[in-house]
Amino acid sequence: MYPIADYTEARTLEEAIEQLSSNPGLLIIAGGTDLLIKLYHGKLDTVQLLSLRQIKSLQIITENGDGSISIGSLSTFKEIGGHPIVQQGIPILAEAAMAMGGPQIRSMATIGGNICNGIPSADSAPALFALNAILKLQSKEGERAIPIQEFYRGPGQVDLKQGELLTEILITPDNYQHFGGCYIKFSMRKAMDIATLGVAATCKLNGTARFGQVRIGLGVAGPTPLRCTLAEEYAVGKAVNGLTIAEIGKIAVQSAKSRTSWRASKEYREHLIEELTQRALTTAITRAGGVIDYA
Amino acid sequence: MLKEISFTINGKKETMTINAGETLLEVLRERLHLTGAKKGCEVGECGACAVLVDGTAINSCIYLAVWADGREIVSIEGIAKGGLPSKLQEAFIAEGAIQCGYCTPGFVISATSMVESGKCYSKEDVKQGLAGHLCRCTGYQNIIRAVMKTLEQ
Repeated sequence: MYPIADYTEARTLEEAIEQLSSNPGLLIIAGGTDLLIKLYHGKLDTVQLLSLRQIKSLQIITENGDGSISIGSLSTFKEIGGHPIVQQGIPILAEAAMAMGGPQIRSMATIGGNICNGIPSADSAPALFALNAILKLQSKEGERAIPIQEFYRGPGQVDLKQGELLTEILITPDNYQHFGGCYIKFSMRKAMDIATLGVAATCKLNGTARFGQVRIGLGVAGPTPLRCTLAEEYAVGKAVNGLTIAEIGKIAVQSAKSRTSWRASKEYREHLIEELTQRALTTAITRAGGVIDYA
Repeated sequence: MLKEISFTINGKKETMTINAGETLLEVLRERLHLTGAKKGCEVGECGACAVLVDGTAINSCIYLAVWADGREIVSIEGIAKGGLPSKLQEAFIAEGAIQCGYCTPGFVISATSMVESGKCYSKEDVKQGLAGHLCRCTGYQNIIRAVMKTLEQ
């Protein structure tokens, strides 16, 4: 029995926003796979919950007329991992979704919850960072859109204002079309584990032999997920060869703010960043139709 | 806070008043005395409490009972038909896929959803499909063999 004093089921987004603005003490519940566990461990006192589970408009995954892909915040990891639009357009996110938890957790956990909890190890985050995802937030005052990089403020801290709900994750075509991508989750076990490090690499090539753009998103490499901008800038226009890839891996470490935790030491994480950035990028290049010159 | 919910459990309709903080697992075990689903880790890690909700395996320890309203629930008690074990359950027995038995209801639930999906599964798919279940008697090989055998039938 969880200490739940009050439970309300919102039927529509408008109803949820209305409820949230009239009662600031409400906590949002969606899949419950993080919140209920916090309750179980006594990390929260008795709570009043507002459930978003019945809001159909937040469960839609679609490709818009301008080629952008919208993912409703209430989409589960199972839905994202198996959705043809995600698999074809942004397969790196499908890959990340299927790396999270196990089947029963993926059937419940939502991407909106994964983002709004603000944990540095969120499996969706490195891919969403690499895709320059835009988050749409709605409150009584209206809607605002914010890049995911600006949403994360610190460990467990996100820029979600009082009375605000995350409604949609938007990926614009210039951030996924003609890109190849790869997500590597490094963890002690292949399932049901928290990432020791997560690396998402995407790239777009000029022809088959030169880098156009490279994006590298890291999870668990700092207090928030982050991008390796130094390495990304270095890559632009460089030849697609083993030396460039090795250098990108080395430079990627400079953007990280790794620390020692019981899962891994700072030094080990930095080693992982260098190595796994190279591996993820190598796969991303192949998926973008590139050929790596190892001569 | 009390809530009234109606749902189907193993083909039987139930309506009851529950507390908003109750889990589906608690309702099954303590109100309906269906003790097949087990309370293991209580945090969604071990899969011993798995049941099917509208055909999808979920962990009932982190599934609020209010969410079961209007849904069709199948617990391990609903897998055998007419007192006879399912093909999958028979395969578990034949392959020695059971030791202490605590994890077994959960494994059978997830494997049943695979068998009933009609999809094709490789051995690797089966492993991934069962990744949300822990067996501390280390009987994984026999469990995987039992599921593969049923899928091949």
